[in-house]
Amino acid sequence: MANRIGVYVCHCGSNIAGKVNCEDVAGFARGLKDVTVSRDYQFMCSDPGQEMIIKDIREYGLNRVVVASCSPRLHEKTFQQACARAGLNPYLMQHCCIREHCSWTTEDPVEATLKAKHIVEAAVERVAEHQKLFSREVEVLPDVMVVGAGIAGIQASLDIAKSGHTVHLVEKSPSIGGHMAQFDKTFPTLDCAACISTPKMVAVSQEPNINLMTWAEVEDVSGFVGNYTVTVKHKPRYVNEAVCTGCGACLEKCPTKAISEFNEGIGFRKAIYRNSPQAVPSTPVIDGDICKKITKDKCGICQKICPTGAIDYEQKEWREVFHVGSIVLATGYDTMDPTPMREYGYGKYDEVYTALQFERLNNAVGPTEGRIVMKNGESPKSVAIIHCVGSRDTNYHEYCSRTCCMYALKYDHLIKDKVGHDTKVYNFYIDMRCFGKGYEEFFKRVQEEGVTFIRGRPAEIVQEDGKLVVVGEDTLLGMNVRVPVDMVILCTAMEAQKDVTEVARIFGVAQGQDGFFLEEHPKLGPVSTATDGVFLAGACQGPKDIPDAVSHASGGAAQALALAAKGTVSISPTTSWINPDICVGCKVCVGLCPYSAIEFDDRRNIAVINEAMCKGCGSCAGYCPSGAAQIKHFNENQIFDEIDGLLGMMPNYLPREMDGGEAAQVSTDNQPGDPA
Amino acid sequence: MSHEFEPTILAFVCNWCTFTAADLAGTSRMVQQPNVRMVRMMCTGMVDPKYIVKSLLSGADGVLVSGCHPGDCHYINGNYKARRRVKLLNEILPQFGIEQGRVKLTWVGASEGNEFAATVNNFINEIRELGPMDARTMAVV
Repeated sequence: MANRIGVYVCHCGSNIAGKVNCEDVAGFARGLKDVTVSRDYQFMCSDPGQEMIIKDIREYGLNRVVVASCSPRLHEKTFQQACARAGLNPYLMQHCCIREHCSWTTEDPVEATLKAKHIVEAAVERVAEHQKLFSREVEVLPDVMVVGAGIAGIQASLDIAKSGHTVHLVEKSPSIGGHMAQFDKTFPTLDCAACISTPKMVAVSQEPNINLMTWAEVEDVSGFVGNYTVTVKHKPRYVNEAVCTGCGACLEKCPTKAISEFNEGIGFRKAIYRNSPQAVPSTPVIDGDICKKITKDKCGICQKICPTGAIDYEQKEWREVFHVGSIVLATGYDTMDPTPMREYGYGKYDEVYTALQFERLNNAVGPTEGRIVMKNGESPKSVAIIHCVGSRDTNYHEYCSRTCCMYALKYDHLIKDKVGHDTKVYNFYIDMRCFGKGYEEFFKRVQEEGVTFIRGRPAEIVQEDGKLVVVGEDTLLGMNVRVPVDMVILCTAMEAQKDVTEVARIFGVAQGQDGFFLEEHPKLGPVSTATDGVFLAGACQGPKDIPDAVSHASGGAAQALALAAKGTVSISPTTSWINPDICVGCKVCVGLCPYSAIEFDDRRNIAVINEAMCKGCGSCAGYCPSGAAQIKHFNENQIFDEIDGLLGMMPNYLPREMDGGEAAQVSTDNQPGDPA
Repeated sequence: MSHEFEPTILAFVCNWCTFTAADLAGTSRMVQQPNVRMVRMMCTGMVDPKYIVKSLLSGADGVLVSGCHPGDCHYINGNYKARRRVKLLNEILPQFGIEQGRVKLTWVGASEGNEFAATVNNFINEIRELGPMDARTMAVV
């Protein structure tokens, strides 16, 4: 029986119709093989548009549908569902794109119309070869894994745990809290960071539904949405968490010192250490690289002094395997190391600090116990704050780090408040970006406190007569300035974690050009990724301040919960299939399959696909020398016909000759406005 | 002017990176010459060389295969497989009178809309330089 194909060409308001003569394309499609009905309409994705397709399927008995509109990444599902509502198998529909790949990128209307015709012809040819396919429902495991326990990971874990689902929370450092635990105050409310984050951290440690694992890293992830198998590597802590009471006696007696990472290199810690007195968990960790007992078998004082006998020098790293339904990535950000920007003298001059170092100077449990002092112990009389160090800079990061303007304002206030109102504070900024709730008001307040704002990125910092001189241009006054100060703070850019590429590989998510994890859609899918069941939370997706990170994390948690609550997920049927009548049993595909989804049936001497594990990548189909392996929905007949359709009209492509220029001009008079 | 040679080019692009980049190029209204027509594949690893040969024999003057950057493949390593296949194919094609350069493999990541537009425009220009593919009329296959 011949196919009965319906073709639907969308105007998308003027988005497509502005360039492509949709009526002409629909008319052209009417003449193609087996096309029963062909229509153009203003918005195919609208209710009346979908109803039109459904009505036609029923009325004309269509058994194939082609929709030419936007990218299939946007609306393929919409039209598949419309077909399903009309009783047509959704895989008998082909969605082709004449907007992103045609009307929006082609300058000439005639050429655009011609290209659209090729695209539609290819879809009509291809759809004739489509076969009915049925999705599979698989079970979603109820547990969720959250990776990273900064404020985003904490929020996501608490949200998920509250619903009754178990969360496995993995944190690579010895305690949770992330960067927020390093801060002193938070803008614009000047809440103390510890006061608002500590209750959340404690809640995590006390929540029975959260399995908190610190000093641990995810080593391997396998499986698919609903059924991920995650291997977690526990690093040796050398302190037994079950026994330790967190009394801290060991911390005082340990004789070995090291630079403190948590204090951003401006303070010291012991070989046995915890990040702060409020650390959660309060169990310390021994740095196995410098501990004298572990490296040289000397000392051992912590073991002698520990009242509960929690010290165990024999601990080895060990692995644990979890089966979870979905994963929330909350791995956060790093701050850029400003050492390569030699003009600012970081690392060369003692009194040039990064923003995080200054946070630690401010923090009551930091190296100076919260006093803003220079290395010589005196308070600075003048401070310069340099914004956008590494941000909005084509040599480093083009993007804006979004938080620096605001924390710089916070520092302005704190310096005035702690050091004294006669302290001079100079901000060197490009633009002040105070976009959040209460931010502009805070900017106003700080301005009124007598802080100086100089518009212009400084050229360099030099040392003259014991002072640091910031050399730059005030672009508003149009004059060069030289500002001598005692202390300089560099507002360094937020950037992707140092090991982001490795983490992206483990979890199978992509990175954007800026290095951060790539979301599914920049506007409408900011928490999901291209990998089903892996969601993003917080600054691992891009620079965020605390309120944004927290709301993003709640979004990620909601997505993970939606999967877990439903308990099943439908899996695309577009897997591979090996035709047993053709397979010669060469076994090449078995080795090629990246998911070990092909088994060899010794009795029949053929390779067989395990559909539960196959993801439809087509490694086997791309190679199979006998053509036995084919991907459903992307089989060779379909691709061949699509190629034929795309090349159909032209032995030689001469657009202007083949189509009347004036006929292709389309009137956009009755088109409603741009829906985007 | 209008009789100047305009090449016909087919592009086999992977759904996750280059197709997404093409969408982004469209959304960002990055103008491209209209000569390239795309076939959406799930992965460049499923691009059987016979699709490329078939395209060349059926009227394409050039074929572009484009996928995720090395290491970024949505399916772990499909793009490496594509790289091997295209390399081998490029060694064989000249024996049939099909010049080097008619089949090209590129990596365009999902966020690289500008890169996609540039790749397309450059490849079209390269093929325009090469001229029409006359091997197909002489091919013995």
